[in-house]
Amino acid sequence: MTSNWIENALAEHEQHEARASQDTSQDTSQDTGRDGPVSDREQQVLDRIDRARRRRPKVREERITMAHGAGGKATHTLIEAVFLDSFRNPLLEPLEDAATLKAGPARVALTTDSYVVSPLFFPGGDIGELAVNGTVNDLAVSGATPQYLSAGFILEEGFGVEDLIRIAGSMRDAAAAAGVQIVTGDTKVVQRGKADGCYINTAGVGVFERDLTLGVAQARPGDAIIVSGPVGDHGVTIMLARGELDIEADLQSDTAPLNGLVAGLLDQVPGVRALRDATRGGVATILNEIATAADVGVSVNEDAIPVRAEVRGAAELLGIDPMYVACEGRLVAVVDGAAAEEALAAMHAHPLGVQAAVIGHVTADSPGLVSLKTAFGGTRIVDLLVGDPLPRIC
Amino acid sequence: MRFVDEFRDADKAHALSAKIAALCEPGRQYKFMEVCGGHTHTIYKHGLEDYLPESITLVHGPGCPVCVIPMGRVDDAMHLAAQDDVIMTSFGDMMRVPGSQGSFFDAKAAGTDIRMVYSPLDSLKIARNNPDQRVVFMAIGFETTAPSTAMTIMRAAAEGLENFSVFCNHVTIIPAIKAILDSPDLRLDGFIGPGHVSTVIGCRPYEFIARDYGKPVVVAGFEPLDILQSIYMLMVQLSEHRSEVENQYSRVVPWDGNPVALKVIGETMQLRPYFEWRGLGFISHSALSVREQYAKFDAELLFDVPGVRVADPKACQCGEVLKGVLKPWECKVFGTACTPETPIGTCMVSPEGACAAYYNFGRMNRNRVAEVTIGSRP
Repeated sequence: MTSNWIENALAEHEQHEARASQDTSQDTSQDTGRDGPVSDREQQVLDRIDRARRRRPKVREERITMAHGAGGKATHTLIEAVFLDSFRNPLLEPLEDAATLKAGPARVALTTDSYVVSPLFFPGGDIGELAVNGTVNDLAVSGATPQYLSAGFILEEGFGVEDLIRIAGSMRDAAAAAGVQIVTGDTKVVQRGKADGCYINTAGVGVFERDLTLGVAQARPGDAIIVSGPVGDHGVTIMLARGELDIEADLQSDTAPLNGLVAGLLDQVPGVRALRDATRGGVATILNEIATAADVGVSVNEDAIPVRAEVRGAAELLGIDPMYVACEGRLVAVVDGAAAEEALAAMHAHPLGVQAAVIGHVTADSPGLVSLKTAFGGTRIVDLLVGDPLPRIC
Repeated sequence: MRFVDEFRDADKAHALSAKIAALCEPGRQYKFMEVCGGHTHTIYKHGLEDYLPESITLVHGPGCPVCVIPMGRVDDAMHLAAQDDVIMTSFGDMMRVPGSQGSFFDAKAAGTDIRMVYSPLDSLKIARNNPDQRVVFMAIGFETTAPSTAMTIMRAAAEGLENFSVFCNHVTIIPAIKAILDSPDLRLDGFIGPGHVSTVIGCRPYEFIARDYGKPVVVAGFEPLDILQSIYMLMVQLSEHRSEVENQYSRVVPWDGNPVALKVIGETMQLRPYFEWRGLGFISHSALSVREQYAKFDAELLFDVPGVRVADPKACQCGEVLKGVLKPWECKVFGTACTPETPIGTCMVSPEGACAAYYNFGRMNRNRVAEVTIGSRP
C-alpha cells in the first residue's frame, strides 16, 4: 500500500459517484438528504453499494497477501483483474471449474489445480489423494467423464523419499478408485527453505458423454439447491491436524472422487443446471457465485444445511462459519425445482450422497444476494469471505 | 448441539418477541446500546432484529477491541515490527487493521515478520525458539483479554525470558461508556452490558449508570436468546420505572467479577493518565500500561516508539459509529470506498465491528424481511 492509499480510495469513490449521478437513468438513486425516511435512505445506500460491487474489480495491494489465495473476495478480484484481463477469451470467461473445448469431434473438459496443503498427511487422506480427487472433481462437476491426469511435483531439497513414495502410492490408489490414469508429469526440486516439502499440480482431461452444458449462470428462479453431504469436514480436519489449537475431534477429511455420484445424478435426472464442488471458500462461496453469475437471488435455510456436530463444535470454538469451510468430496447442485426430489433420491442412492439435502432455492428477488434464514429464525445475508481464516487447506 | 441450540430456539424467540412487543408504549421510541462488539456480531449473524418491533432500535457501542485502536498506534506497531531483529505477534483480528501505510497483512507480504497467535502465551513459545530475536506481542482488548496478557508477562518473568515484550494497548470499558453517556449527541434508554468484560470486572462497575444517569443496564450473554431476554429485561425495568443493574448472564458472570483475573491485571499493569481512542479522542484513565516492576517486558520502554498521532481520514466516521450516533450505513464511505476487503475505518475490519457486521450480514432491506418473517410465524 502506498502512503496515500486512503486519498486514492476516496477520490476513486467520488469519481464513480459523480459519474453515477450524471447518468439520468440513475436518478432514483439520488440522495434525498438526511431528512428522508430512514428506510428510503438505507435503500439508497444499499443501491450505491450494489453499484460499487458491480464495478470492475481492481487489485489495490502492491503485493500478494494470503487473502489472495483464500478463495474469497480477494481471490476473485485477483483472478478477474489480473488473469482474466490478461488471458481473456470466450473459453476462459465463464470461470467454471473446467473449460469446455472442442477436440476434433469430441467435446472435452480441461482443468488444473495446485495443492499446497499443510500438513501433507492428515486424518482421512494426504496431499496425493487430494491432488487426484480435486482435479477429478473439477472435471466431474463440469459434466464430463474424467479420463487422464498430469502430475507436476515441486519438491524441497531434503524431503523424505519415503514420504514421496507414500504420496505417489496414494495418487495411484485414488486414480484407480476414480477410474482415471496419470499419463504425464514433471519434477522440479528447489533449495531447502524455498518450498514446504512437496507441492503438487495436477491437470485433467475429461470427455463429455452427455449432450448437456452445466453452469451456474443457468440457475433460474424456482431451482432447488442441494448439497451432497455434511459440509466443512476437510477444512476443520486440517485445522485440527496442525495441532496449533489443542482441540481434538474424531473427524476426517471428506476427500473423495465425485464422478460416480455425478454420473448417477446426470443419468437419472434431467434438469440439472449446475454442479460445483465446494472446496476453498466452502458452500457460501458457491452460493454467491450462483447469485452473481445468473443475477438471481439465492435463499437458503440454515437448519437444512448438514453439518457434523464435531465440525459445528470446532467451528463455534474457532469463531468460523462451517458454510465457508472447505470440503473435498462434496458438491452443490442447482436443479430444476420440479426435479428436486428425483435428484435427491439419485444422490441418496450413492454412498457419497447419503446425507444429501435441499438447502434452499433460487429466487427472482434481490438479484446478486444470498440470504439465509438462520436457525434462530432471523434473516441475514451470506457474502463472499473476506480475509483468510484457514490458509493452505488444499 | 448442547449448550448452543437451547440458546437459539426459534419458538422461545417468538414468545420473547411477543412479550417485548407487548411492553412497548404506543408512540414511544426505544434506543438500547449493546456496548460489546460480540453482541453486535450475534445480532447480525442470527438476524435478531427481525424479532424486534420497529419502535426498538439497537445502537452499536464502542466495545470492539480493534475498532478503538487509533491509526497512530497501528503505525507505532508497524515501526516496532519493522526492526530487523523483531518478530511481532498479534491476534488475527489485528492483522487487517489499517495504519496510514497499510495493514499488518500488507507489511507481512512485504517481508516484515508478523505472526498470528491464538494466545499471547504462544508468543513465549516463539521467543524461546528464536533466542536471537526479540518478540513483541501487540496486546489489544478490554478487561477480557488483559488477564491473559498479564499472565503472559508473569510467565515470562518467572522464566527469565530476555527477548519478549508487550506493546500494550489494553483499554478499559467504563471510561468509554461514561464518554458516551456524557455525549450530547445521543439519547439512550438503556444498555445491554458487555458479558465477556463482566466475567472479569463483574456487575458493580456499572452501578453508576443506573444510579447517576438513571439508565437500566442488563449484562448479557452472547447467544441470540441471551440478547433477546436482556432486551425484555430492559423493557420490564422501563415499564416499572426502575433503573438497575441486572445480570442476565449469571451462568458465567459473577456479580463481583473474577478476583484472580483482576489481581493479575493489577500486579502487571497500571492505568495510563490518558489514551487516544479511535474516533472518541483522548479519554483519561481509560487504558493500561505495563507496570514499572515489569518494565523489561514493556516494548514502549525497550524501543524507540515514534508515538506520532495520525488524524483519522476526514471521510471516515468511525467515531460517530462507535458512539452510536450514526448507523453504519449512514457513514459517507460505507460499503463503497470502505469495505471489509479494503477497510478505511476500523469498524469495517473486525467481525465485531458494527460496519463489518452490517456489511457482511445485514446489508439487505429489513422492511421486506420483517414482513416475511412475521408472516411465517407459527
